[in-house]
Amino acid sequence: MTAPVDEAGERASEGVAAPPGPMSPADLFFTFNRLALQGFGGVLAVAQRELVERKGWLSREEFVEMLALSQVLPGPNIVNLALMLGDRFFGVKGALSAVGGMLAVPLVIVLVLTAAYAEFSRLAIVSGALRGMGAVAAGLIMATAIRLMTTLGSNRLGRPLAAAFAILTFVTIVWLRWPLLWVVAGLGATAVAIAYARTP
Amino acid sequence: MSAMLHPALSNADLLGLFAHFLVLSLLAIGGAITTAPDMHRYVVDEHHWISDAQFSASIAIAQAAPGPNVLFVAVIGWNVAGPIGALATMVGTLLPSTALTLVATRWGQRRRDTRFVRAFKTGLTPLTIGLLIATGWLLARPYVDFSVQGAGAIALIVVSIVLMLRTRVSPMWLVALGAVVGALGWA
Repeated sequence: MTAPVDEAGERASEGVAAPPGPMSPADLFFTFNRLALQGFGGVLAVAQRELVERKGWLSREEFVEMLALSQVLPGPNIVNLALMLGDRFFGVKGALSAVGGMLAVPLVIVLVLTAAYAEFSRLAIVSGALRGMGAVAAGLIMATAIRLMTTLGSNRLGRPLAAAFAILTFVTIVWLRWPLLWVVAGLGATAVAIAYARTP
Repeated sequence: MSAMLHPALSNADLLGLFAHFLVLSLLAIGGAITTAPDMHRYVVDEHHWISDAQFSASIAIAQAAPGPNVLFVAVIGWNVAGPIGALATMVGTLLPSTALTLVATRWGQRRRDTRFVRAFKTGLTPLTIGLLIATGWLLARPYVDFSVQGAGAIALIVVSIVLMLRTRVSPMWLVALGAVVGALGWA
């Protein structure tokens, strides 16, 4: 892979020392494993702290750019981000190491919890705790949505039109119960076409 | 016990489940969670493989456990058809998006300033936000009613939103708070 050389070259020209990258695909695997195991209620915040602030594998700007791309592409954001970072340093092997490290152990844990929950769900205290956690999970996702709403102000569609598309998406999904395919093919294609016409 | 929990799915049903998640993988713009409403429509409303409460519990378990939230997909698969179900939903969800991401990253990296790539991002942002709100709504619905517990759930949701937006408290503590409030029978 030539990417690390390019990165180092770019940084050197900015007068900043090249930060250390992962030493090997195994290093990627264990780093992503560790940050995934710290991520209760989502991994994104931990990933930012670990990859940028602690390891210095990415600058803040690089992290934000990678995150934006991983949001535009279909698939779980944090998985896409792991794929991109792994690919940058060690190609496909690195990409799969990063994702494997992030998913393997948490997958086993969550399935063990699921199996245990099936046995213990009749206990009021267990089903109660899960109800409470479920309500919080709903709140966490709503908070993420509210935080992202601020980006609509700078959206090239203009705030009213962007808000209209967000509301229409909500209505078609929640009340009309359209399949997502229709929503993305219909509303999504329309929004992208309008955005294209308004992009210089 | 577990045989009762996992309705026996025919091979055709399993294939249908796998195919549905393959398609959703490519539609999951803004994250896998944005396709949760359509997973709900497919496995709860249309096929009745799991209940509304089981669906919400699946997502809550994945949120409570460490790791990426996308693991809720494996839990849904497990609740629908056991280990083979988890395999079908997880591989279905990850395979297409992973392949596309690897190809598109290299392609998009060279064209990130072009008109189409920028318009694509601009146009889909409002949909991503609409889908996230829909997901939050769908997750909250089974807990919210006019009982005392319903009021407790609403309070938990509001407190979570406010603390997430106003403070830097880790979501881990909010999840723990939810567990305690719920275990006490208040939500």
